[in-house]
Amino acid sequence: MATKLKEESENRQVLESVVIRFAGDSGDGMQLTGTQFTQSTALMGNDLATFPDFPAEIRAPVGTTYGVSAFQINFASHDIKTPGDAPDVLVAMNPAALKVHLRDLAVGGTVILNTGAFTDRNIAKAGYNSNPLEDGSLDSYRALQVDISKLTLASVEGLGLSQRDALRCKNLWTLGLMCWMYGRDRKPTVDWLNSRFASRPEIAEANIAALNAGHAYGETAEIGADVTTYIIPKAETKPGVYRAVTGIETTTWGLLTGAQKAGVKLFLGSYPITPASPLLHSLSNLRQYGAITFQAEDEISAICSAIGASFAGYLGLTSSSGPGIALKTEALGLAIVAELPLVVVNFQRAGPSTGMPTKTEQSDLFQAVWGRNADTPMPVISASTPSDCFECAIEAVRLATKYMTPVMFLNEGYLANAAEPWCLPDTNLIPEFPVKFHTDVEGFQPYMRNQETLARPWVAPGTPGLEHRIGGIEKDYNSGNISYDPDNHHKMTKVRAEKISNIADDIPPQQVATGNSSGKMAVVGWGSTFGAIEQAVRRCRNDGLDVSHIHLRHIWPMPRNMEKLLSGFDQILVPEMNNGQLVKLLRAEYLVPAEPLTQISGQPFKVSDLEREIRSRVKD
Amino acid sequence: MNIQTPAEKLKPNDFASDQEIRWCPGCGDYAIVKSVQRALSDIGADPAKTVFVSGIGCAARFPYYMETYGFHTIHGRAPAVATGVKLSNPELDVWVIGGDGDMLSIGGNHTLHALRRNVDLQILLFNNSIYGLTKGQYSPTSSIGTKSPSTPVGSVDAPVSACQFALGCNATFVARGLDTNQKLLPGLLSAAKAHKGAALVEILQNCIVYNDGVYSSFTEKSNSADGQIMCEHGKPLIFGADNQKGLRLKSGKMELEIVTIGQDGITEDDILVHDETNRPLASMLAGMHAPSWPVAMGVLFRDPKPAYETAVHEQIDMVKEQSPPMSINELMHKGRTWTVV
Repeated sequence: MATKLKEESENRQVLESVVIRFAGDSGDGMQLTGTQFTQSTALMGNDLATFPDFPAEIRAPVGTTYGVSAFQINFASHDIKTPGDAPDVLVAMNPAALKVHLRDLAVGGTVILNTGAFTDRNIAKAGYNSNPLEDGSLDSYRALQVDISKLTLASVEGLGLSQRDALRCKNLWTLGLMCWMYGRDRKPTVDWLNSRFASRPEIAEANIAALNAGHAYGETAEIGADVTTYIIPKAETKPGVYRAVTGIETTTWGLLTGAQKAGVKLFLGSYPITPASPLLHSLSNLRQYGAITFQAEDEISAICSAIGASFAGYLGLTSSSGPGIALKTEALGLAIVAELPLVVVNFQRAGPSTGMPTKTEQSDLFQAVWGRNADTPMPVISASTPSDCFECAIEAVRLATKYMTPVMFLNEGYLANAAEPWCLPDTNLIPEFPVKFHTDVEGFQPYMRNQETLARPWVAPGTPGLEHRIGGIEKDYNSGNISYDPDNHHKMTKVRAEKISNIADDIPPQQVATGNSSGKMAVVGWGSTFGAIEQAVRRCRNDGLDVSHIHLRHIWPMPRNMEKLLSGFDQILVPEMNNGQLVKLLRAEYLVPAEPLTQISGQPFKVSDLEREIRSRVKD
Repeated sequence: MNIQTPAEKLKPNDFASDQEIRWCPGCGDYAIVKSVQRALSDIGADPAKTVFVSGIGCAARFPYYMETYGFHTIHGRAPAVATGVKLSNPELDVWVIGGDGDMLSIGGNHTLHALRRNVDLQILLFNNSIYGLTKGQYSPTSSIGTKSPSTPVGSVDAPVSACQFALGCNATFVARGLDTNQKLLPGLLSAAKAHKGAALVEILQNCIVYNDGVYSSFTEKSNSADGQIMCEHGKPLIFGADNQKGLRLKSGKMELEIVTIGQDGITEDDILVHDETNRPLASMLAGMHAPSWPVAMGVLFRDPKPAYETAVHEQIDMVKEQSPPMSINELMHKGRTWTVV
């Protein structure tokens, strides 16, 4: 259902773009506030990008700095690529949020503070020696001090809520204020509250009252005259129906679409892990599409059940994050040698080991490309934006079923949770790639190969006359029976590798995202760094620097023209949110002088940091 | 003239593949493969709809010797792979093959969950109380004191009972057989197949190379009558060469005792009657170890419950009926959208 855009006619200052960061306790509902603000913003036709940043603890101790949860949104009247380097506006719901996030606020930026939470106890808990509201800490900023706690309590008075429940409405009050300040429509949030709390109308009513009170507080000029209201005009975008999407949604739809295009049914075996679990949830909620979702007893069972499903004629999927993928490693080897289709979605997170589960990183590239015992090649693809996950999921299904191989789809925690507007595609225009199950008894051998793809036939058990045995022991090239013959093992290892490397002929040649196809410097990236690199390269090019942006989807095998393309540049810079992985792959494969640019902070790259690095490194 | 002949049941040999069996001469597995082929023949199994899934170990080579669909997977994971097979295609008869190391050590977790979920699988656990393929280390079912390359002075850790473990996992079918008892085993396998839900059959199996004679104190001709007790639902638990011994509950205790019919006024009426739906009784029977007790054979427990894959597919069908799938285009457009013209 499309919603009509509301035209603004008020006397507001026009801004091209703004970055707002909501920060508060992990129990303060900042993610919800951010998500609702995003929905309103999307519906108003702005381009946007978001960055949810939250702790692993579900409810960290109240008032602590490590319990601070934040949600940043960048929205604009033009095309934007990232959630923004630094906030223009910081909403700090308590002293800990101020302590953690004030350092990122630009001088002169606006900070909105809930003074009600600035008690001596909270101030001390956040690690302040004196009250930052009074000691001059905020002198370089435009500070708007509001007792949000008290105003929220007043707004829901008489609605029969306990003090605790009443206070929990303060995120909606804040959202109301921000909606006023940036001219956002409250209706989507009101609708959402009514449906979310359909069975508890008193909660919906209170939250709506708080939302409206926050808005009215701004509107009735209770705020000092120095606070301006803004309008961010609609972004110029191509015509179509849009929707704000996260990587989880697009991955889900992509997998369903891929399965339809292949004409197979999906089986997802998965074990809960941050940040991958939402895929298990979303597919479980769409079982009317025939997908079987199986919450396994562990990561190993998750992938093994998926392999069993693929053996039985479903397309097996498994999803996890780095530590879980590590547990699946042996089974991946089985899927590779048994030559069964399988899609593995890795929502990467900061590691090693448990690492920082809710923080993003792209450090599982080595694991994906090489992280198995023996010679076990498999295709690896990666998504660069939340909406790109859709195409990557389809591509993963296509490669898995066409080449009878597991495919690693490198997703990222950041992509899973971040939102962006997406012009919804027409799935009818996506080509089909139907699977043909083998049923011909004549001359059948389980490892006979398609001469073009080198894939072996997919036979669903139940097919009469094609009874056969497969497994992890080396197979005879011709008969598929177990074989310890030395020459045969050599030959089988080679053919497994060739099958995967030939995929390079079945994927588009590598394009240059921005810039020329040769020149001084190629900035080569993969995954979620797309937006930051793209913007940094564009800024450098605007200043006349001869820099190009190349962004890889296919990590393994890489496109056929990659070597030739890279050879056209004097310098190759590879920014990655890891300690240098793609850079080593490029050096190993093509003997090119690629240089690493690493950031391993669990946070996305800032455009300004990348721009500075490119400028300082590019040689005349 | 085109004469329709009724499909004949396949013979046991029709289920044998063309692959040469590579177990050690004299291995108990030869007898088991014969029993399974016999059972498949008796059942009238369709080879195209029969799947054997195995893990790793001597027992796990089993699928290669069967002219059915087969998948020799990785160590311990056969129940997980089999769960995926059965969930995806409930029409298939799925048999899981593994040893004591495969299913109770490295794969113990998967065995637990396949049983408690009640996936309709026939799980055949070949228990030889030793690691064969890795050359003779003690296993999780080895008795305390087992001397092996890794326990040269004897193992010190207590073994697990496969059947008691299965009962503890809420298995709905638990049986025990013996490799060489060809009269008993095919029937147990047929019963396991007939059972809807997870069926665990522990098959005591002699490893002639690394653990020869581990069960000989109750499996020889001379001692089997006194060393084993056949459990049949509704029949008194009587054993012994002259059928004179039996089991009964000690008065006032949850404890079995061995009594002799004709002594101290004991008659057959005093003997406990086997009730295969009684889980505590099954657990007591499963826990009887030689040489103090006769080893219980037969169906120790059977209490059918809805199979997991049936429930899963019923739920999917229900969801489909309640909210039929719209096209993916429609699904994507269902959220909050806006139009740019």
